[in-house]
Amino acid sequence: MSAADHHVHPHPHADDHHDDHGSHGSMRDYLIGFFLSVILTAIPFWLVMTGAIADKQATALVIMAFAIVQIVVHMIYFLHMNTKAENGWTVMALIFTIIIVVIALSGSLWVMYHLNHNMMPMSHDMGQLP
Amino acid sequence: MNATTMQSSPEASAVEITAAFYDLNEHDHPEGGSTMLGFWIYLMSDCLIFAMLFAAYGVLGGSFAAGPGPKDLFELPLVALNTAMLLFSSITYGFAMLAMEKDRVGQTQIWLLVTAVFGAAFLAIELYEFAHLIHEGATPMRSGFLTAFFSLVGTHGLHVTFGLVWLFTLVAQIAKKGLIPANKRRLMCLSLFWHFLDVIWIGVFTFVYLMGML
Repeated sequence: MSAADHHVHPHPHADDHHDDHGSHGSMRDYLIGFFLSVILTAIPFWLVMTGAIADKQATALVIMAFAIVQIVVHMIYFLHMNTKAENGWTVMALIFTIIIVVIALSGSLWVMYHLNHNMMPMSHDMGQLP
Repeated sequence: MNATTMQSSPEASAVEITAAFYDLNEHDHPEGGSTMLGFWIYLMSDCLIFAMLFAAYGVLGGSFAAGPGPKDLFELPLVALNTAMLLFSSITYGFAMLAMEKDRVGQTQIWLLVTAVFGAAFLAIELYEFAHLIHEGATPMRSGFLTAFFSLVGTHGLHVTFGLVWLFTLVAQIAKKGLIPANKRRLMCLSLFWHFLDVIWIGVFTFVYLMGML
């Protein structure tokens, strides 16, 4: 943890690719990531716990946006994602996974919402069912 | 791995063509050269498991069966504490990685153990929450919402548990063999795993706890 860290480059993503394991990040990277994460976690909790935004829909959208930003921060500063590691295959795998996740999540929610909606038992004609 | 499966096939010429086409014998690869990519792909498949659990929670999250809902059950200060524990464990694991890069064995082990303390605190808080819920009658059997909740959060907790087992294994291995290249590789895999669990937790506290309390 000494300050005399001669291995740290000012731009670690650019030229740390000499080994197969990608870049490891520096003290600076971890601290930036940590402080950004603390801020990006504290604000959504504060919003929900105090009810600072009266509109619930708006609060939901704002905290979702914070979550997405924080996930990107973690990807960059903690997981050290970059487009050059493993000749770009990690990013390719990530993009593929994101596509599958989006299809699975939106598809499930969409289909099941409509299923629930269309199969909602309606009280007024329950007695007339065959 | 490809090369060995190919060599077990009877046609030798086909093997050579395949090897040439896919550039299998291009040059010697260092041991573990593909481990990080392989582990990353494992993490992506793990991501799909969690996506399915999130989808199940999204579908079943409103099915209370006249039982308790999120507002009756969740305590946000506890969740905030839990989130803080996981975030601290992420940064301390980062410090362990930095110590590892400088080949400082003792420092690496100390930071790993600090990470383990935060990870264990996270698990303890989560288990306390689960015990509290079950004590109140909010068991996984109570409603679709609770089934989905326990599946999602429980699976995450299980991942953290196995991460801790892995972490203690590595501390012991470093004590025995030092920071040899294989151990460094294992530490980097666990680093990905640990930070990945923190990423999943972002989704959990946002979609399950915070949005449940709205």
